[in-house]
Amino acid sequence: MATETTAAAGEGLATSPETAPGMPQLDFSTFGNQIFWLIVTLVVIYFILSRIALPRIAAVLAERQGTITNDLAKAEDLKKQAAEAEEAYEKALADARAEAQKIADQTREEIKGQVAEAQAKADAEIAAKTAESTKQIEEIRASALSNVEAVAKDTAAALVAALGVSANQGEIDKAVDDRIKG
Amino acid sequence: MATEANGAEEGGLVFHPMDQFIVSPLFGDGAVNMFTITNVTLWMAITVLAVIGLLVVGTSRRAIVPSRAQSIAELAYGFIYKMVEDVTGKEGVKYFPYIMTLFMFIVLANFLGLIPMAFTTTSHIAVTAVLAMAVFLTVTVLGFVINGASFLSLFWVSSAPLALRPVLAIIEIISYFVRPVSHSIRLAGNMMAGHAVIKVFAGFAAIAAISPLSILAITAMYGLEVLVSFIQAYVFTILTCVYLKDALHPHH
Repeated sequence: MATETTAAAGEGLATSPETAPGMPQLDFSTFGNQIFWLIVTLVVIYFILSRIALPRIAAVLAERQGTITNDLAKAEDLKKQAAEAEEAYEKALADARAEAQKIADQTREEIKGQVAEAQAKADAEIAAKTAESTKQIEEIRASALSNVEAVAKDTAAALVAALGVSANQGEIDKAVDDRIKG
Repeated sequence: MATEANGAEEGGLVFHPMDQFIVSPLFGDGAVNMFTITNVTLWMAITVLAVIGLLVVGTSRRAIVPSRAQSIAELAYGFIYKMVEDVTGKEGVKYFPYIMTLFMFIVLANFLGLIPMAFTTTSHIAVTAVLAMAVFLTVTVLGFVINGASFLSLFWVSSAPLALRPVLAIIEIISYFVRPVSHSIRLAGNMMAGHAVIKVFAGFAAIAAISPLSILAITAMYGLEVLVSFIQAYVFTILTCVYLKDALHPHH
């Protein structure tokens, strides 16, 4: 391969003087030039990279990492807040339910108390009325009894008078009283 | 190219696959002196512009959600940063800008060399030898500066049986000094061979009957060369990291 190339290049050299002999890579006269420009290039690239490009890219990557971390933390925070809000809501709901239960119980107790009171009052009134009525009945009965006595004495006096027997009122009353008691 | 035109005038098939590597002055026809502005200068300048375009202009918006250019710049940064960190450890991270410089130069020079009519700066042994020697000398000096004489324990395989150690030490020393040679020739050889093969296929395209096959072959080779361009830059960079690791941690 190498000899062929050399031969071809040599042929080329014969026809055109511009063509380099053999491999241009081994033309030592160009080495200084290439090495000089290579070093210039490398130094320039090094300064561009170390002064501008690499710090900038590092900053961009760090910033992106920071943004992602922040967003994640924020999301975590919001999630926690949501959980807290839900908990608070649940608690409020439970409180309200308990309060409602309490109010209902209280009202029930109150109403029961009122009912009992009203019942007691009504019972007392009934009892009073009954007592009064009983008293009246007693009175009526007593008065009826005394009336019977008076009627009996009057009837006895009339009967005695009708029989034509004179007798004083006192004896008649005594006799009637004896009979009633007997 | 002028030389190809000459070949065509002669009639018949004349290949000049190596002419694309000729270093020539950009202005005038003089000799190539050290400071002459040549096609090497031009393509290295274009490489610098490509680095600026990708890593400086591409990232100028500093966007949280990156554009395409910024994505590529960040990918390149992350790729090399992770490579340096994985291979050399935390202590190696401070050499990241140097390794990134090497990688960006090689990968962009390789890719730019694939543009038709371009000059491939990394196909020259002079260029890759300087790169490899820079790595070799830096790593060796760094090894002695950081570890002192104990850097020599790199050549003394303490895990091997005592009788074998001197033999292994000789092998280790030879392999150590062969490193810059293989390091530079691997890159230059790969780049040169690929471009030369494409040129040879292009020469065959002059024959009408073979030209479709030739163009197909050029296309395939071109695809392969795109791959090789990246892989060789990667290989050069990761070997640099490995050598740097040896300098930082010479003990086996």
